[in-house]
Amino acid sequence: MRRLINLKPNRGATIVLAVLPFILLVLVYVAGSAERLAINPADKLLPALSTMANSIERYAFLPDPRSGNYLLWSDTAASLIRLFSGCAAATLISLVIGVSVGLVPILRATFDPFVAALSMVPPLAVLPILFVFFGLTETSKIVLIAFGITPFITRDLILRVAEIPQEEMVKAQTLGASTWQIALRVVLPQIWPRLIDSLRLSLGIAWLALIAAEAIASESGLGYRIFLVRRFFAMDVILPYVIWITFLAFMLDVILRVVQSRLFPWFAAQRD
Amino acid sequence: MTAVSVKNVWMEYDDQIVLEKINLEIKPHSFVAIVGPSGCGKSTFLRLLLGQERATRGQILIEGEPIKAEPAPDRGIVYQRYSVFPHLSALDNVLIGLEFARAPLTGSLRGRARAAAREEAAEYLESVGLKSSENKYPHQLSGGMRQRLAIAQTLIKRPRILLLDEPFGALDPGIRSDMHDLTRALWLDTKMTVFMVSHDLKEAFTLGTRVVAFDRPRNRPEEIGAYGATITFDLEVHRNVPKPLIVA
Repeated sequence: MRRLINLKPNRGATIVLAVLPFILLVLVYVAGSAERLAINPADKLLPALSTMANSIERYAFLPDPRSGNYLLWSDTAASLIRLFSGCAAATLISLVIGVSVGLVPILRATFDPFVAALSMVPPLAVLPILFVFFGLTETSKIVLIAFGITPFITRDLILRVAEIPQEEMVKAQTLGASTWQIALRVVLPQIWPRLIDSLRLSLGIAWLALIAAEAIASESGLGYRIFLVRRFFAMDVILPYVIWITFLAFMLDVILRVVQSRLFPWFAAQRD
Repeated sequence: MTAVSVKNVWMEYDDQIVLEKINLEIKPHSFVAIVGPSGCGKSTFLRLLLGQERATRGQILIEGEPIKAEPAPDRGIVYQRYSVFPHLSALDNVLIGLEFARAPLTGSLRGRARAAAREEAAEYLESVGLKSSENKYPHQLSGGMRQRLAIAQTLIKRPRILLLDEPFGALDPGIRSDMHDLTRALWLDTKMTVFMVSHDLKEAFTLGTRVVAFDRPRNRPEEIGAYGATITFDLEVHRNVPKPLIVA
């Protein structure tokens, strides 16, 4: 018998093993739900899969009688627009600050400690301030997301810029490059794939900020909806929504990873 | 044709002397091979020539002028590693030197200007035997090809001085001797003055017209901080230099 650490699953087994925990989770849920419903058919805590399917149909494929919207899709659109706007703002700010601070020692001395301090501010603690300044608007939600992830991405990019071998910087100078040209042609193109890594790691925080903002002050969005139906203990809506949010987050991560490997083939090769 | 003179150069860090009393008069179009054990300041000396660091005492003159205090296109460098830009194709790695000079604002050329520069860059790639690999990225090239690329990239700026920091240290012996032939041919064609740091004595004597050894004359543990490395050996190598193939 070989050691446990030397037993490696083959391709087929890898897929089966990967799916196994998901199937287990569903089975445990179905069993638990059936048991509770047998005791009390009106139980709302663990609704049957059929009840959830019903709710999914109501929210995704039938218009809401009051507003005429297909709620799941209008909520998804509202949330994703906020998420993307926040991430776009954060990306832009981080790129400008990260590259310039990472590249120019004077800026680094000035802003490194400042950014470090800023990244320690808990984003949700800032939420009331944002509401005071921007009101209960889209702006305050987008700013919250941006505020939640910008300091992290910026710090990460500063480090990534510093990670580019010094030899390349010297080489560029011997080829006659100015600081601006080095930023544009040497640093920026090498930072893009690293930015994607950074963004992938920040998406969790971005979602957290988004759901929190929607829960507190909003009239649409995925976070708004689950906090709304919570008042009626509508687990048959909450659970599918949570799964949907998880799926969206997962897909975003996959898309970013694919974009990275397609657009920057040299980056993956360099990392090996 | 560039003469270099190094006048009583010292390099001291806070509590340590790295180099002391370095004096060298280098004739134009020399090939200076610098040898010596690890940690004896060879690379520090190269950084001084590059302008990446400043000597704490003494000065370095190129054609009688004090050296610029930062790296500049008159001095090219090829390192053992990280010499080329990983995110650019072979051709773009060579092209970028022209782009820096001709497009100050964007650092990249477009349209007809780019086509013209491309042709120029392609000639340099051809001169190091990389014409057929112009669209490959550095990670797709072998170690020897990467160093050829690094050389072509440097030469397109027509540097007066070429600095080589153990450029062939990571290559296989066969590839290395090819690289020696290439380097010597390019040196003869271009009239550059070359400084090459090497671990390999044989390589130094194969290529160099001048072999300079750096070492620490005082090497006891308690002396290491107080005394730096200096030139312990300086030899002109006379050989029948073949006529250049092409006169640049």
